[in-house]
Amino acid sequence: MILRAFLWVLGALVLGGIVHLSTVLAMPQAAKQDAYARLAPVAPVNTMTTLAPPSAQASVMPFMDPAFAVAVCRYDISSGPLKLNAPVSQAYTSVTFYTRNSVAYYAINDRAAGRRAIELDLMTAEQHAQMPEEEVVTAADRLIIESPTTTGLIVLRALAAEPGLMAMARRALAAAQCRIEPQQKP
Amino acid sequence: MRLFFGSCFTLVLAAAIGLGATWLTLTRGVAFGALTIGAWTAWPRSGSVDIDPYARATIARTGELPVGTGDGVAFYARTDAAGKPFDGRCSFAISGITPAARFWTFTLYDPDGRLVANTIDRHGFTSAEIVRDADGRFTINIAPRARPGNWLPTGGIEQFVLVWRLYDTPIGVATRTTKEGPMPAIVPKGCS
Repeated sequence: MILRAFLWVLGALVLGGIVHLSTVLAMPQAAKQDAYARLAPVAPVNTMTTLAPPSAQASVMPFMDPAFAVAVCRYDISSGPLKLNAPVSQAYTSVTFYTRNSVAYYAINDRAAGRRAIELDLMTAEQHAQMPEEEVVTAADRLIIESPTTTGLIVLRALAAEPGLMAMARRALAAAQCRIEPQQKP
Repeated sequence: MRLFFGSCFTLVLAAAIGLGATWLTLTRGVAFGALTIGAWTAWPRSGSVDIDPYARATIARTGELPVGTGDGVAFYARTDAAGKPFDGRCSFAISGITPAARFWTFTLYDPDGRLVANTIDRHGFTSAEIVRDADGRFTINIAPRARPGNWLPTGGIEQFVLVWRLYDTPIGVATRTTKEGPMPAIVPKGCS
């Protein structure tokens, strides 16, 4: 009798472990309020949008750094590669690429980019492979990022080292652009 | 009949164990690869594609975007040395030195990651604006009521969370020791 009860409990533990692991793995797909979903109403697709600064009353996402001006490009590169052009602000600027499920797969800051503006081409591995050879050579000075998903987020962050510099950081971000490259005729 | 009751019992218990474990790990922010320095903990791998499934599930649930590895690293402090959550009705002094970084920011949130309303509209400090002494050291006074120097108001909330973000820093996945990354100490200064 006791052995039988023990076996039922053991079975429950094993099953419970499976339930636990599968719910954890399914969470990114099931989450309704992840960063992408929160940004969808405020950030149109393939357009750079400067976000409202976080305040005690409202914040697009939790744990936003209030010292930064933030702009978001919610991208969809299923129809072609995306061009990103971001001027660098005075203090510190960074660009972080996230997949649809908020995994940061690439991040670069102004110093690593080493120019007055951060210029990047975002494409899928497939689009990268289809690039004509001549174009690959001329593109050698352009930074090409491969996106693991066709949709995702590009987040630009510009530091306002003091609250008084926030307006300037926001202006720098307002000049940033992301757009789909016009498709060339074959 | 016994088989039927046995399997029902097992399935209900399995669901309770599985969902309970998921709930606990996600609300407590369990993740692998933690880098703990004093009161501060960072998960450098959460800013890269090497992020573990628990951290992925947690950020999907909360809706935050982790700091990318090429950008910086975020250290969280939720409890004092005794493991007690920070109480906004109490005072704390934060002082010491920080790891090498081009910039850092220091922010106070409520446990859900919202900024806390206060009269001077201050939610944190950056490395550029903080007032330092002649040796380059600083002290931040976290308190519900006004203090001289670098005062960070708590708004008197029940519980708060501190986040120290280092930008353009060598601190990351490869950091192992406290020597490489000295973080400021958090000292309780009594409650009002």
